[in-house]
Amino acid sequence: MSQIISLMQAAVVFGTVIMFGAVGEILSEKSGNLNLGVPGIMYLGGIASLMGAFYYESAVAEPNKLLCLIIALGCGFGAACIGGLIYGFLTITLRANQNVTGLTLTIFGSGFGNFFGGSLNKLAGGVGQISVAATSSVFRAYIPALSNLGYIGKVFFTYGWMVYLALAIAIFCGWFLKRTKRGLNLRAVGENPSTADAAGISVIRYKYLATCLGAGISGLGGVFYTMDYIKGTWGNDLTIESLGWLAVALVIFTTWKPVNAIWGSYLFGILYWMYFYISGLTRSTQELFKMIPYLVTLAVLVFVSMKRKRENLGPAALGLSFFREER
Amino acid sequence: MAAVKSMHEKKEPFVRIAKRSGLQHWKAWGIRIIAMILALAVCAAVIYVIVRMNPVRVYATMFRGAFSTSRRTWVTVRDTMMLLCVGVGLAPAFKMRFWNIGAEGQILVGGLVTAACMIYWGGRMPTALLFAVMIAASVAAGAVWGLVPAVFKAKWKTNETLFTLMLNYVAIQLTSFFVAKWENPYGSNTVGIINQGTKYGWFPAVFGKQYFLNLAIVLAVTVAMYIYLRHTKHGYEIAVVGESENTARYAGISVARVYIRTMLLSGAVCGLSGFIAVSGASHTISTSTAGGRGFTAIIVAWLAKFNTLAMILVALLLVFLEKGSIEIASQYQLNDYASEMITGIILFFILGSEFFINYKLIFRKREAAR
Amino acid sequence: MEYAVQMKNISKSFGEVKANSSVSLDICKGEILALLGENGSGKTTLMNMLSGIYYPDEGQIFVGGEEVSIRSPKDAYDLKIGMIHQHFKLVDVFTAAENIVLGLKEGKRLGKRAVADRIREICGRYGFEIDPDRKVYDMTVSQKQTLEIVKALYRGADILILDEPTAVLTPQETEKLFAVIKNMKNDGKSVVIITHKLHEVMEVSDRVAVLRKGEFVGSIPTCQTDPERLAEMMVGRSVSLNIERSEPVNPTPRLIVKNLSVRNGEGVPVLENVSFTAYGGEILGVAGVSGSGQKELLEAIAGLQKAESGSSVIYVAPDGTQCELVGKRPSDIHDLGVQLSFVPEDRLGMGLVGGMGMPENMMLKSYRKSKGFFMDMGPSRRLAENVRDTLEVTTPSLGTPVRKLSGGNVQKVLVGRELAAEPTVLMTAYAVRGLDINTSHTIYRLLSEQKKAGVAVIYVGEDLDVLLELCDRILVLCAGRLNDIADARTATKESIGYAMTYLKNNKAGDRIDGGGQKHA
Repeated sequence: MSQIISLMQAAVVFGTVIMFGAVGEILSEKSGNLNLGVPGIMYLGGIASLMGAFYYESAVAEPNKLLCLIIALGCGFGAACIGGLIYGFLTITLRANQNVTGLTLTIFGSGFGNFFGGSLNKLAGGVGQISVAATSSVFRAYIPALSNLGYIGKVFFTYGWMVYLALAIAIFCGWFLKRTKRGLNLRAVGENPSTADAAGISVIRYKYLATCLGAGISGLGGVFYTMDYIKGTWGNDLTIESLGWLAVALVIFTTWKPVNAIWGSYLFGILYWMYFYISGLTRSTQELFKMIPYLVTLAVLVFVSMKRKRENLGPAALGLSFFREER
Repeated sequence: MAAVKSMHEKKEPFVRIAKRSGLQHWKAWGIRIIAMILALAVCAAVIYVIVRMNPVRVYATMFRGAFSTSRRTWVTVRDTMMLLCVGVGLAPAFKMRFWNIGAEGQILVGGLVTAACMIYWGGRMPTALLFAVMIAASVAAGAVWGLVPAVFKAKWKTNETLFTLMLNYVAIQLTSFFVAKWENPYGSNTVGIINQGTKYGWFPAVFGKQYFLNLAIVLAVTVAMYIYLRHTKHGYEIAVVGESENTARYAGISVARVYIRTMLLSGAVCGLSGFIAVSGASHTISTSTAGGRGFTAIIVAWLAKFNTLAMILVALLLVFLEKGSIEIASQYQLNDYASEMITGIILFFILGSEFFINYKLIFRKREAAR
Repeated sequence: MEYAVQMKNISKSFGEVKANSSVSLDICKGEILALLGENGSGKTTLMNMLSGIYYPDEGQIFVGGEEVSIRSPKDAYDLKIGMIHQHFKLVDVFTAAENIVLGLKEGKRLGKRAVADRIREICGRYGFEIDPDRKVYDMTVSQKQTLEIVKALYRGADILILDEPTAVLTPQETEKLFAVIKNMKNDGKSVVIITHKLHEVMEVSDRVAVLRKGEFVGSIPTCQTDPERLAEMMVGRSVSLNIERSEPVNPTPRLIVKNLSVRNGEGVPVLENVSFTAYGGEILGVAGVSGSGQKELLEAIAGLQKAESGSSVIYVAPDGTQCELVGKRPSDIHDLGVQLSFVPEDRLGMGLVGGMGMPENMMLKSYRKSKGFFMDMGPSRRLAENVRDTLEVTTPSLGTPVRKLSGGNVQKVLVGRELAAEPTVLMTAYAVRGLDINTSHTIYRLLSEQKKAGVAVIYVGEDLDVLLELCDRILVLCAGRLNDIADARTATKESIGYAMTYLKNNKAGDRIDGGGQKHA
């Protein structure tokens, strides 16, 4: 039982990173922009929040917890938005190829993140290991009363608040896309930009907003990973990148519905950590079991393409740039 | 009718975008060179902001990092050849507009089987035969990794971008599996240098140059691919399919067959570059053997417009930047990832510059306002 | 009578083509106006200037007596003008209601119930049937059209423009549509129907305005005219083009087409039981309103479209051997030794590779013939030079991507290649569309030479004057059916135009409309 619970907990944590990434990407793809820069955006979000918190904490003796939170969150979200803005400017205004631009953003973002993540202490004058304990503790605070509620408390309430923020954003985005007029307009932009244009919708503005805000949300995945999961340090491994790609893949899995991203990303979290809880695996066979999330994604990809249901195929104009005079 | 009146006063937009019908070659290259210069200037500025290094010295240091000694020059050549080889492998796929994002995985499986050959058969068969087996195995492994997404794309139009992307991770985990199996020494979680004492399965030095063979093989593949794409029927079919599937059908070309054949080739060359990476460079295998080259090479292929000879220059430029920024970073005891950041900035500029080649801006003329 | 819209001296050009020259047209309040004209006569262009898609080069537009300037579809809606385009502007995965409210400013939430109520109110008033919750991709073409009309009315349109609304409808659906149109008229709205079908004009309109070659011919109350007179107004008197035409020498059957039927991607029949024989040594013209099955006819023969079972296309080689072409791919047909050349309508999207130069395009269909793995560029380079010199192709260099050449030069490259293949059957679709007079005459001359050489030429065209002067026989398609095969030397423009729009032997329940989908 305790094994299952710790699997659940691990799954929720990794699932949350994926969920932020996927929900942000859904928003962007709904406007017709396939952003393969999600891993890079997550790196940007993570490193920016870390740097912001780091400079704040080293500047004052007694960091204010609220300010810690605002700075880390604001820097992370803002940097990710800027990543989205670069992507948006290149693909929307300059009509560069979306795939290549996204990949470049991933290269840039992972370079930026890992460079500063590894060099921050040196640049700041050799303070040794970077750690933003105060900020991280704000991100990792649980509600003690709830987390002590036995199994239920452990499965549902032993997480930092961003886990619940991810849920809220996913539900909000689902509601926004489905129930509001702006959501409808956004979907129209991704489906058929010239129809949207003819209906008086500003296609360019919607594309920019969706891409930047979507990138910001994806970037929160990096913030959460950095501040909560690795406790306000920097890990020079490729975990964020692999989670970012899973987030991109998850979008197909959810058939572009943010609410599906909730269970989808927790499922991916379980698949990601399952190897750890299967007994009798050697260190080498564990590696084979780590393939599972990717194999499942492949299976879903093939399944979706074989059963071509119109609604499950994603926005019709995904990946295409819009140029009014071409209609 | 007030609304109508205000409509009347609406002016022509300040700037309009129109497609160019065509731009002379020299002008197009002029735009690219301007973008390049801007990019280098921005990079210098970024470096200045981070380490306060004089921009002129930045590039002098970069040059030193890449070419100051014979050994450094050869390492630069070796890495250029690696990147070039992957780019050459991707060229046919991208020319066909097939988004093979899976080079990373294709390199890894190629390297993995090469390492397996070195471990299991090194010293147990004649060197020539060992090399033949390694080449054949790595090519076959890469080809399989390329074939699978092509088959699904041809049959069900399965999205190849995500398919190849996920296959990368399957390859990474497969590599991790074997790394754990072959680890040496025990507990290190690395394979270590394979056949360090015996050098079985290592590229021999030619003319006293350790990496001469890398250079020779990759340049041969590059030229061969150039000829394949330019002067063979297959290359012609690839170009037609990439331009318009409709025209391909009209011409009686089987699009599915071209997909599958081309991806076999693309995967095979990427697999071969895995062989070169293991047998000709690192003599070990790990999940970072591909080291992101599968992604960078996409951009090499894209920027060179799938012309494999032009890729030599693009690959050299990117590796130069990489070596140069690593040199700067290490001077200031910063880490190597600086190179990816710099590469990213340069690529943003070059990608953006294509707009000015394909479109023109028409500014509002004063008297034209109605 | 009160005017809803007045257009005065409107001109619009696209490059060198004058789509409208100094057209003046009035639309009265509460009338149904039929805007009649052949393909390419400028009807749609004229109306697009009312709906905000195009902006006129010259002329004025008055709505409700005031001069206006319409720069976007939104401006048109503000002036209560709504247009239903041939290519519906709908989002497939949205419901009817979602499409209707798309882009409207009022309210932030999707007040589904309020919207549905208003839709029902509009439907009730005019007799539409529409389910607000149905997805567009689940709708028939006729339902999509209804949705477009409701969408326009929902936005308060008082002036409705319908571009060839019946082209995609069955007779029953057409009748329903006409009933609603009459209801809208009774409600005080003005309706413009763009059409080239005379019987519809007679059936539904109050007044007819006729355009020909971009110019306004005249308007006349429907009750004072008849189809024959309208046909004459539409096509005009014959003009001599001085195309040289020789008598067919020793015509021999080359293609025997029997019961050829084709369905489109949605399973709708677009060509039904067409049978005819094309002879070597003659030019067989194919006339028809666009979208009557011409494209499918040629593509089915060339192996690019799947023909329904029961269809048969027998190719008779000059030496008398026969083979069946149905069920074969283009490469199979080529391998059988059938010398079939095809100049498709979509020159750069199907016939040529836009990004390649002339030599590479020359070998598009023949590259497989040469032996070995490598391309032999020599012959195609020589061929390219030959085509450039004999057809006077203007190009900066042979290697210049053909996409960058002008329309006429693109067509010369395509025709040059197809003729160089020494065909025994030559099919051309709209071979002179968009070309200037000189290039057009070059094409006519080339086709006539092929005919003299014993080739069976099939010429799909839209200009009746050309068809009558160039061809030996004219096959008329109407709604995917073979409606007439006329002797081009004795037929008149009126008789052909009539056969294009009036289906003979019309059985009850059959489709009587003229066209399928048209490519805008």
